[in-house]
Formats: sequence, C-alpha cells, structure tokens
Amino acid sequence: MRNWWKVVTVILLIYTLIGGLLIEVPRQHILYESIRNLYFHVPMWFSMIFLFFMSTVNSVKELSKNDLEADTKAIELVNTGIVFGILGTITGSIWAKYTWGAWWTNDVKLNGSAITMLIYMAYLVLRASLEDEQKRARISAVYNIFAFVLLIVFIGILPRMTDSLHPGNGGNPGFNNYDLDNNMKLVFYPAVLAWILLGWWMYSLRLRKRKLQQDLSL
Amino acid sequence: MEWREKASFNGILLYVISTVFVVYLVFHQIEDLSTWLAIFWVVLLFAATNASINSFKRESSNQFLYYYSLCSPQGIIFSKLIYNTLLLMIVGLLSFGLFHFLLGNPLENVGIFIWVILLGSSALSSTLTLVSAIASKTNNNAALTAILAFPIMLPSLLTAIKASMYCGLGFSWDEVGPYLLVLALLNLLVYSLSYVLFPYLWRS
Repeated sequence: MRNWWKVVTVILLIYTLIGGLLIEVPRQHILYESIRNLYFHVPMWFSMIFLFFMSTVNSVKELSKNDLEADTKAIELVNTGIVFGILGTITGSIWAKYTWGAWWTNDVKLNGSAITMLIYMAYLVLRASLEDEQKRARISAVYNIFAFVLLIVFIGILPRMTDSLHPGNGGNPGFNNYDLDNNMKLVFYPAVLAWILLGWWMYSLRLRKRKLQQDLSL
Repeated sequence: MEWREKASFNGILLYVISTVFVVYLVFHQIEDLSTWLAIFWVVLLFAATNASINSFKRESSNQFLYYYSLCSPQGIIFSKLIYNTLLLMIVGLLSFGLFHFLLGNPLENVGIFIWVILLGSSALSSTLTLVSAIASKTNNNAALTAILAFPIMLPSLLTAIKASMYCGLGFSWDEVGPYLLVLALLNLLVYSLSYVLFPYLWRS
C-alpha cells in the first residue's frame, strides 16, 4: 500500500482529538484544562520547523544540482509551513488569553514566532518580485538557507538566555519532567507525529496542484 | 576598491550627524537609559541600511563582468563585507561620540559598550551586505532590502540591545560576556554563510 502513512495520519489525528480532549490530565495550578493545548499548540511549531527544514534541504539541493523541481518543493513547503505557523500563533494566543490574561505579551518566544512569520513572508515577496524562473529559483534558495540558519540560532539560543513567561523558560514548568505524566506522553508523542504527517500530506497535495498548474500553463 | 565612493561615506556621516542633532534639538538631554539606547540603535540600524543598500546597487553589470574576470566571488564578497563592517564600526563609534557629546552618557560601563558597538555593527552590516546582494538581483531593490533584512537582523539587534542595556546598568564582563559571545557567533555564521552562498548569486 503506497498511501499507508495517510491512513496512519487519519487514525493518529482522530486519536489525538479524542484522547487529547478526553484522557485524564494532571491538575496544575492556573493551567487546569488548558494543559490540553500541549497536544495542539506545540506540535504546530514542531511541524512548522520540520516543513521549513525540509524546504531548506530542497533549497540546498536546488543550488547544488540546479534542479527546478526542488525549488517548487521548497516554495510549497514554505507555504504549508506558514499555515502551521499561523495556527500555532492562534492556538498559543488563545491559551495565553486564558492563562496569562493577554493575547500577546512581549516575550522572546512570541517575538521569535512573529519574526519567523516575517522572514517567510519576505521570502514570498522576494519570489514574487523575480520574473525569470532559473534566477528566482537560485536567489530565493540563497535567501531561504541564509534565513533558516539565522532563525535556528535565534530560536535556539536567545530564549535560553532570557527569562520568559513561556512554559519551559525562566523557572516556569516546562512540560517535560514532572508535570508531563505518562498519560500525557501517550497522547503527546502520537500528536506530534500526526501533525507532522498531516503537514507533509498537505504539502504533497499542494505540490501536485502546483505541478498540474505548471503543466497546464506550458 | 570602495574608496572611490568617498561621497557615500560622507553622506552616511552627514546622515548620522544630522539625525543626532535633530534628536538633540528634541530632547536636549536624555536621562532615561532605554530611550537613549533605543535612539542609538535605531540611528545605527538606518545608517547600516543606507550604507549597505548602495554597496551593490552602484555597480553596473559591465563592471561586475570586469570584476569577475579579475578575482573570485569569495574575494569580492569578503572585500564588501570587510569594507561595510569597518565602515559601520567607524560610524558606530562616531555616533557614540556624538551621543556622548550632545545627549549625555547614561552608561555605566563604557568599555564593554564599545565592544558591543563593534560586534553589533559588524553583525548588522554583514547581514545587510549579503541581503543587499540578493536584493540587487531584483528590480525594486531598496524596498526589498529592508523587507528581507529587517527580520533576519532582529536576532543580532536584540542581542546587541540586551547587551548594551546591561552595560548601561553597569554589569561586569561576566554578565555581558555571553551576549558578546552570541554576537560573535552570529558574525561568524553570517560570514561563513556569505562565503558559501555568494558564488551561487554571482553566477546568475
């Protein structure tokens, strides 16, 4: 079966939705039921980083082999990644409203996500402003690699150096050791896998659509 | 290679001087540390943008072809990087002097702050150099440079602001050190990425 992983995705997503909303979670002060957002908010960012990473891999491929198809893949991976980024921001924002009392705070991680969005919007603007296909592929690949590496440094290093309200920073409970009990792990890891697979699925659909469009316009 | 652009260097100097003077006319004396730093870095950021946008625009394509026959792409990007970095370091130090002269100096620890200026301006200008190389391949390059560069400059800018805040509060090397290290790392990263990526830009 060629599409077995799509079946797995659907099953895991159904499991995430039902399990994520119904399975018992530890009662934490302030967090309470909103801890369930872990199954939705965090995997969004994982999927986004995964998609952007794959996009960068394709950009490297495009530069080294001069492969236009890799460029098509890179742009569709970025498009799909942006969808996940927006969803991650929305879920995080709703969560913040109920636990911190504000939709947005001035925080490293939040600013990091905003900057990520800006970078990839800029990538799209750059692509739109170039006409020639070969040139567009090469130049946007250069920008993509450059931006991704700096981005990883930014979201990898800076949040660890500053205090933050965000869980996992500045003495706040990170959802990893004592408050992520076994029940939660049972849902969290499949959830991450499910959302990443869903992202990959969405990307492959978009890629096919774009290829069809290119074939038709030729 | 770039020294023939004396006019552009003087232009940037004049830009910094007039901006600082306007700020002086508005504020006279800035007591508040965060306002002082905000204005300082904004002035430096725009000076860097002005300087770097021009670094690839003014070359015509014929000139590029000529350079291409003379030396390797790595040589060209490095000369541009070093030139822009030195330029912005000078501008940074100069604007610090001007700020000191006109607006007063709320900083406790000037010695480390100078290091922050040097590393920060080097990070800003090297990032901008590669981005302006990218943008010069498109038609509307000034606007695009800003759009492309500002989000990826933010990491170094935020680190620099944080570090200079600590200098202002009089922290010692131990506290500011990690930030300087991150800035140096960012510099190194931008340089090596430019080295690897520029030849691909060049070919088109």
